[in-house]
Amino acid sequence: MRMTSSDEDLALAAAGGDRAAFAALLDRHYDRLFGLCFRLLGTRDQAEDLTQDICAALPAKLRGFRGDARFTTWLYRVAVNAAHDWRRRAGTRAKAAEGWGDWEIARQAEAEDARAAQDWLTLAMTALPVDLRETLALILDDEMTQAQAAAVLDISEGTVAWRMSEVRKRLKAMHAEEARP
Amino acid sequence: MSDEIERLRAEMARATPAPDPARRAENLRVAQENFDALQGTRREARPTERRPLMARLLDGVTTMIDRISPRGAMAATTAMVAVGALVVLPTDLLLPEEEVILFEPEPIVQEPAIAPRPAELQTLAETDSATAVRPSITATPQSLSRTQSALSDAATEGFAAGAPLAQRRTVPVPDDQVIQIVPDTEAFANAETNPLKSVIEEPVSTFSIDVDTASYSVVRSSLTRGQMPPAEAVRIEEMVNYFPYAYPAPEGDAPFQPTVTVLPTPWNADTNLVHIGIQGALPATDERPPLNLVFLIDTSGSMQDATKLPLLKQSFRMMLGELRPEDQVAIVTYAGSAGRVLDPTPASDRATIEAALGRLEAGGSTAGQAGLQQAYATADEMAEEGEVTRVILATDGDFNVGLSDPEALKDFIANQRDSGTYLSVLGFGRGNLDDATMQALAQNGNGQAAYIDTLSEARKVLVDQLTGALFPIANDVKIQIEFNPATIAEYRLIGYETRALRREDFNNDAVDAGEIGAGHQVTAIYEVTPVGSPAVRIDDLRYGTSEVTATSDEIGFLRMRYKTPGAAESQLIETPVMPGQGTVSDDIRFSAAIAGFGQLLRDGTYLGDWGYADAIALANGARGEDPFGYRTEAVTLMRLAESLDRN
Repeated sequence: MRMTSSDEDLALAAAGGDRAAFAALLDRHYDRLFGLCFRLLGTRDQAEDLTQDICAALPAKLRGFRGDARFTTWLYRVAVNAAHDWRRRAGTRAKAAEGWGDWEIARQAEAEDARAAQDWLTLAMTALPVDLRETLALILDDEMTQAQAAAVLDISEGTVAWRMSEVRKRLKAMHAEEARP
Repeated sequence: MSDEIERLRAEMARATPAPDPARRAENLRVAQENFDALQGTRREARPTERRPLMARLLDGVTTMIDRISPRGAMAATTAMVAVGALVVLPTDLLLPEEEVILFEPEPIVQEPAIAPRPAELQTLAETDSATAVRPSITATPQSLSRTQSALSDAATEGFAAGAPLAQRRTVPVPDDQVIQIVPDTEAFANAETNPLKSVIEEPVSTFSIDVDTASYSVVRSSLTRGQMPPAEAVRIEEMVNYFPYAYPAPEGDAPFQPTVTVLPTPWNADTNLVHIGIQGALPATDERPPLNLVFLIDTSGSMQDATKLPLLKQSFRMMLGELRPEDQVAIVTYAGSAGRVLDPTPASDRATIEAALGRLEAGGSTAGQAGLQQAYATADEMAEEGEVTRVILATDGDFNVGLSDPEALKDFIANQRDSGTYLSVLGFGRGNLDDATMQALAQNGNGQAAYIDTLSEARKVLVDQLTGALFPIANDVKIQIEFNPATIAEYRLIGYETRALRREDFNNDAVDAGEIGAGHQVTAIYEVTPVGSPAVRIDDLRYGTSEVTATSDEIGFLRMRYKTPGAAESQLIETPVMPGQGTVSDDIRFSAAIAGFGQLLRDGTYLGDWGYADAIALANGARGEDPFGYRTEAVTLMRLAESLDRN
């Protein structure tokens, strides 16, 4: 029965204190959440840690879930905010930026590293500024529409579309550069 | 979608690893434990620790919410999710990531590798906010800025059914405790909003000037975090005085120049504002006397947060660049035991000073007073004839060992004040910011209290305003205004609640008051209701009203007293206030907008329908040149407050 309940019903039940609903809900979304965390941060370790942070904080946060947004929209917003904090903490913590890159300033240095590694994906992600990367990380979720991504980021759909076209433009430019000998 | 995106999608799918099954199981277990702990403690009474009034009031609300059905609870918390989303962007605007990068890499704090026991989980859950248990499987350094995490959690969650003032923190501690929850211990100094007064009953208003700016920074820090600032944190005069204004400069030898302007009240067509703008003289900086600075730095455990000690080091480093070779610097720390980590060193020896700063680490409990004593002793050592000596105390407000009573500290500082050493207090971080103690110290140490939340604020306080903050030009500045009952029926002073003086104190040179530093601007605003105006709120007395015999057109008479530094006797400045006096400049309009904004944040009793939108319009129209962007930032904060207030 549980597995056929909608996310939103489960979330509301969990917010009301239903233990089994919470367990089912998190189990159902854990892998997708992890995937998003990976796309946001870029390394497995960091994705595991961020997922852990989110899981641990989720029970308290869930009490603020009111059921008028889709649960995944809400969950992804939590994740994007958590990643945001993560980057900020990383920025204060050390200059050792990892993965896609932690903040704007380190972006260029990392791009150099990534170029050396010849890793197209890392290079592509690193080259993107945080807002574009965030948007892209959401759009690359198989079940995520532009409208939903817009809701997660609390921006207009038009902005999402604009950001994606910007991503495309930048990827194209990169591609052109790659093609050069 | 285009090829690029598709290629990226495919690459990403290939690159994305499957979650580690062991971590997955562990994370699910922790989530479930936190969930259970949260349910278990929801309906239990909270511990009755000493907490700010607002937080205690909100406990009642929480209890109330808990008593209605879970669905009711959800409905009651509906406003919260929306709040979070609104906040993310402005936070970025105000705290650019570049600022943060400048911090020193801090020693990594290992989290203890023990999973929290259920009892601790309960304690955690009692905090109600999203402070989460984070068992450590990989001892990564994420614990370093736990406050920041909690802050932004609060941003997502808004006013969770807990305490909106209170973002909770976990502080990694070296001893046997796994995770310690520090209850919110912020304490703010404030008093009831100044009431409307009848000129016939009380024609004279007396107060001490105040050049502090801490309240504005606290308000900004709350708003950018997605929370309305607690009303008691709002001191309107400090918000107004945060901004630079171009008031006419004094001529000749006068240390400052008051400029009085009378303008229609933005929020009430039937009253006027009497705006008193004071401009301190700005001596040429190359003529300034040598400076002796004693940095008194709180290195207690709570200071290790990224917004505290690292920001402090960065701020002081920035300030060093502004000093002259003949200036001297010493550093005293207090953490458990007070220690002098840098003997008086000429500012030219920057390497030694920077090395000492770099060695500072947070740890231990706080004994503020022992440190203070040592700092003053050091200051005495450095002081020479013709030099300016100042202790700069930097703390997150932790004075929990020794003299925790603001009154006792006040006495100590007041005694030291007479030695000629000034004291400035810089507040860092939030969570246990003890604003009340900060105020008490700075006011009694002839100093300035500022709250530093970002590096740009540090620049404003320490570098741009270095001269003003460090070189007093007039001490014990008191303002007294007597209103003319023939023209004015009622008046009220906007702000300065904590600075009220008794009428007889004005002429008593033994009574301490605020200082004006070189180049400072200080603004005081009265709202006055003319006789016969429909806005008059207080009815005439039926018995015993003395006949008004004065026939002058004057609104009132302004008197100011001040002492030149080192002098024991005060001097007097007097000037009548005439209707329609002065020209209404952008500066004056902007300060009125901020005064209105501050009142909205406090209670808005006297504002009628005037709201945030009006404050925004007024401030926007009066931004002027705004070379540092301070006014633009204020408008952003007004917009944030408007959105938060709507929810």
